[in-house]
Amino acid sequence: MVYVIRRLLQAVFLALVMSFLVFTGIFAVGNPVDILIDPEATQAERVRLIAQLGLDRPFHEQYFVFLGNVLQGDFGNSFVYNRPALGLILERMPATLELAFAAIVIAVVLGIPLGMYAGLRPGTAGSQTVMAGSILGFSVPNFWQAIMLIMIFSVMLGWFPVSGRGQVGEFMGIRSSLFTLNGLQHMALPAINLAIGHLALVIRLARSGTQEVKAQDFIRFARAKGLREPRIVLVHLLRNILIPIVTLVGMSFGGLIAFAVVTESIFAWPGMGKLIIDSIRQLDRPVVVAYLIVIVVIFIILNLLVDLLYSLIDPRIRLDGAKQ
Amino acid sequence: MSLLEINNLQTHFFTSGGVVKAVDGVSYHVDRGEVLAVVGESGSGKSVTGLSVMGLIDAPGRVVGGSIRFDGREIANLPGHAMRQLRGARIAMIFQDPMMTLNPVLRVDTQMVETIHAHREMSKSAAWALCRDTLGRVGIPAPDERMRAFPHQFSGGMRQRVAIAIALLNKPDLIIADEPTTALDVTIQAQILHLMQGLVEEDGTGLVWITHDLSVVAGFADRVAVMYAGEIVEQATTDSLIEAPQHPYSRGLIGSVPSRNRRGARLAQIPGGAPPALNRPEGCRFAPRCAYRMAGCDAPQSLRNNVRCWRADELPAFDEVPA
Ligand SMILES: Nc1ncnc2c1ncn2[C@@H]1O[C@H](COP(=O)(O)OP(=O)(O)OP(=O)(O)O)[C@@H](O)[C@H]1O
Ligand code: SF4
Ligand SMILES: [Mg+2]
Repeated sequence: MVYVIRRLLQAVFLALVMSFLVFTGIFAVGNPVDILIDPEATQAERVRLIAQLGLDRPFHEQYFVFLGNVLQGDFGNSFVYNRPALGLILERMPATLELAFAAIVIAVVLGIPLGMYAGLRPGTAGSQTVMAGSILGFSVPNFWQAIMLIMIFSVMLGWFPVSGRGQVGEFMGIRSSLFTLNGLQHMALPAINLAIGHLALVIRLARSGTQEVKAQDFIRFARAKGLREPRIVLVHLLRNILIPIVTLVGMSFGGLIAFAVVTESIFAWPGMGKLIIDSIRQLDRPVVVAYLIVIVVIFIILNLLVDLLYSLIDPRIRLDGAKQ
Repeated sequence: MSLLEINNLQTHFFTSGGVVKAVDGVSYHVDRGEVLAVVGESGSGKSVTGLSVMGLIDAPGRVVGGSIRFDGREIANLPGHAMRQLRGARIAMIFQDPMMTLNPVLRVDTQMVETIHAHREMSKSAAWALCRDTLGRVGIPAPDERMRAFPHQFSGGMRQRVAIAIALLNKPDLIIADEPTTALDVTIQAQILHLMQGLVEEDGTGLVWITHDLSVVAGFADRVAVMYAGEIVEQATTDSLIEAPQHPYSRGLIGSVPSRNRRGARLAQIPGGAPPALNRPEGCRFAPRCAYRMAGCDAPQSLRNNVRCWRADELPAFDEVPA
């Protein structure tokens, strides 16, 4: 409990630091006045608007006003849409989350068995194919993979739609295109595109973990006990290779959310990534700030979850991170 | 008919550097209720022999020749599923490093109960109770609580007791113990030794006790097999081996046990090291280190009267050898 509270305090502190950095960064990038105010406006109108937006006050005052508003959940209105910035982002979050979630599921559900197979049967044609594939998935650029996926599966075979999010279904109060066939069809290609790099990583981690663990004495002892092979592999081996994989999944989930930009742009997926690219282009300061802070919060939550998972998987790791 | 009879066993490893003949014509046998000690320096093939019996030799290794008869049945190169049914049920094995033999992420009760369920139907609660009682039997205090603990919550000696309990769960006929005390403190070693001695006596289990420490063997083992470079160089009852070792290598081993140095002389050591497994002498494998070597030792040696040395009969009696 003390640990969780300490972690939460750390998280709050981290969020504060980030908000300051983000605010300073945006402050340095450009003056929104130039975009917001009609170039024809008189000097008097200019001064009045600047005062109204609080842009005439010193930097630190502006920051505290901003912080005060943020604490009340007010990130300001988008200059472009003239609606609350946070609302814009949260609206698009489910689309990004479901995409990242689908990508992670693909990476883990395929990656762990393939990697374990390659680790258990090194040198076979099957395992060499898996490893060659993972190198390919690793090194071919993301956007190029996306284009090839569209070429082959949408244009040539016509199996999947080229772009967009498709129908959204509702299940247990959650609205997501994971719940309709049409939604799933739309999601397949972008999710695969987002998954490939991580799939390659999970395969490598699962393989190296398997090779390391299978040579350990406790695996030999498990065999000496006469356990059946599935139990040795699925319980004794798998449990021991999960830690690096959980780390990767936790870390890359944040990354997937933050950097789904390329995939979302190519597949016209209406998520946060596409919104942020548009906002940066238009110097829509409140949206960019709100987005960055949302991302920071997501990373902090994921970190916390990963730590909690560790202590569930490996009893030697206590919650404060020390290894016994 | 002995419980375990190994005859002319050959276990080789086919490595890129050549064929490593880790076990090269080993024969020994163990009866029910008997303790056979297998001693020899590191790399002599003691573990590989034990693992061959268990059917646990992995590629690039293979049992390429000889026979392993267990309870009258040939088990060398038995199909995988048949061998699995024997492992942990009728033949159990304990390993050297108790810190490494238990799975660090599974509770002790999980690792015990699964050993029972791999071999017979039993309700979960009955299996759990049997496991707890067995923990008690190997001298673990408060077994009810300790069942729910993880391996890292035990000391090294206690972990080895857990491993022994696991080996005992299915009442095996034979236990192969591969240096189970080597990694432990001397006092703990003695406790474990005493425990094992009591347990196999109670159950009438056959025990193969692998060690490179001869001082452990006296008063415990019934017979001793001395291994050197993949072969057995001498086999004898414990008493006669300790009182009158025949083979020059056995003499060296006994001479290097502290308690043998009655006259307070310095510890005798066998000069040199074991020959590399890929490049052994053509003739007697011990020749490069042997003080009694002569021209005739260039020929391969075979076991005669359980000693692999053609000069054994003409060598001076052991007591006359200066310590
Ligand atoms: N996987 C393997 N590949 C190649 N050679 C091997 C392999 N496993 C064992 N050997 C060889 O087999 C020989 C005998 O090894 P073994 O482990 O049986 O020795 P040991 O008598 O048990 O020694 P120790 O006292 O160190 O346990 C060694 O020379 C070793 O190099
Ligand atoms: S055969 Fe020769 S070299 Fe070998 S042990 Fe006997 S005396 Fe020594
Ligand atoms: Mg060994």
